[in-house]
Amino acid sequence: MEKRTDKNSYTIIFATVMVIIVGSMLAFLATYLKPQIDENKRLEKQQNILYALGINDNDEKSVVFISTKDVAEKFDKYIVKQIIIQGDKVTEDDNAYLLDLKKEHAQAKDKGHQRRLPLFIGEKDGEKFYIIPMLGKGLWDAVWGYVALDKNLVVEGIFFDHKGETPGLGANINQRFFMDDFKGEHILDGTTFKGITVAKGNADPKNERKEDFKVDAIAGATITGDGLTAMIKKDLRMYMPYLQTLNK
Amino acid sequence: MGLLSKKDAKLITDPLADNNPVTIQVLGICSALAITAELEASIVMAIAVLFVLALGNVVISLMRNIIPSKIRIIVQLIVVATLVIIVDLVLKAFAYELSKTLSVFVGLIITNCIIMGRFEAFALANTPGKAFLDGIGNAAGYGLILVIVGFFRELLGSGTLLGMQVLGDPIEKTGVYAFGYENNGFMLLAPMALITLGIIIWVQRSRNEALIEDH
Repeated sequence: MEKRTDKNSYTIIFATVMVIIVGSMLAFLATYLKPQIDENKRLEKQQNILYALGINDNDEKSVVFISTKDVAEKFDKYIVKQIIIQGDKVTEDDNAYLLDLKKEHAQAKDKGHQRRLPLFIGEKDGEKFYIIPMLGKGLWDAVWGYVALDKNLVVEGIFFDHKGETPGLGANINQRFFMDDFKGEHILDGTTFKGITVAKGNADPKNERKEDFKVDAIAGATITGDGLTAMIKKDLRMYMPYLQTLNK
Repeated sequence: MGLLSKKDAKLITDPLADNNPVTIQVLGICSALAITAELEASIVMAIAVLFVLALGNVVISLMRNIIPSKIRIIVQLIVVATLVIIVDLVLKAFAYELSKTLSVFVGLIITNCIIMGRFEAFALANTPGKAFLDGIGNAAGYGLILVIVGFFRELLGSGTLLGMQVLGDPIEKTGVYAFGYENNGFMLLAPMALITLGIIIWVQRSRNEALIEDH
């Protein structure tokens, strides 16, 4: 005898009902939680920007951000100005850090569209720092970061994060041992832009040579490292025309 | 185990050894290879799978009499995907830091063959209570292997355990590094995960020859 659940009509009704229930449940949950999730992401951006500037609660080994309670206040205190550079035009915008870099990347492909570049100006111990957001591709998914440069365009601090790099390998780009290597690295050779290469086998594990435009790569994470190199070179280069006029 | 009958206790203990989902049934290999370069990642993944498998098994078991057999695999897939998405959304809203640590694992959980395997082989034919125990047992068996592989890969590959340098500092040349020991970077790559897993399977089968299949 055919079971009730084997009938075609039952199967179709079951599938329809299940899809409607599951679909509306997930849609409801996603909409309900969206404001909370967006707020978390906004605070995270502020934490990341401050981290690059060296404002964090790091202990000896691990990465500790400013707590979400204090981050808004500290962000207002240390980030004195946010600007958007579009060609020769520079406008001040207090929400420049919320600009969607992915959208800007995509729009830049249209002819005639001049890309908008957000730049955050931080002030720490009376000195000015320029913080540049970056976005690139790792092995599996997006990688991004923020780099803080001092007035001579030497790296003051850097922050990387990723969406889905391999745990234990590429995922380690957001660890101290890797990010700290970038501190003090130069990106200019005289006045030519060199960027920083994540290099294998440069035999400088303690990264004592700060003017070789190289930091030590992570073993087993070649493509993630190459992605970072490409990201740093491509995104920082776009800011060079603006940054180099500042010192004149 | 006083709380459980002998039969129920077997549901938990069997997958830990003689019916291990990874080493005997050879399921869930992809995630076992991908994320075991660090012990911490292995532990996190084991806990995540434990949660999804136990809960999913109960849900499928509750629905076992109304699921149409023709589309049961799709129904199972929807259940696991829904559970994982709900957990992911809730974590993102209320435990953002934790959700960032887990982000990579979420996709891997949905594709984990053990989960579909247990839904199909056990939950569809058993009561929710038994299905729950079966889920715990299989996830624990999976987690056990992950932790063993993660332990050796992190120790031999990076010289650390849970991020702590247990063998000394490779750059300052202290601890065992003072005697010329070097970390084996090859351990961090996926092929060595497979070889480590192979060694575990070999050890297990040579201790208990009943596990060797006839050909």
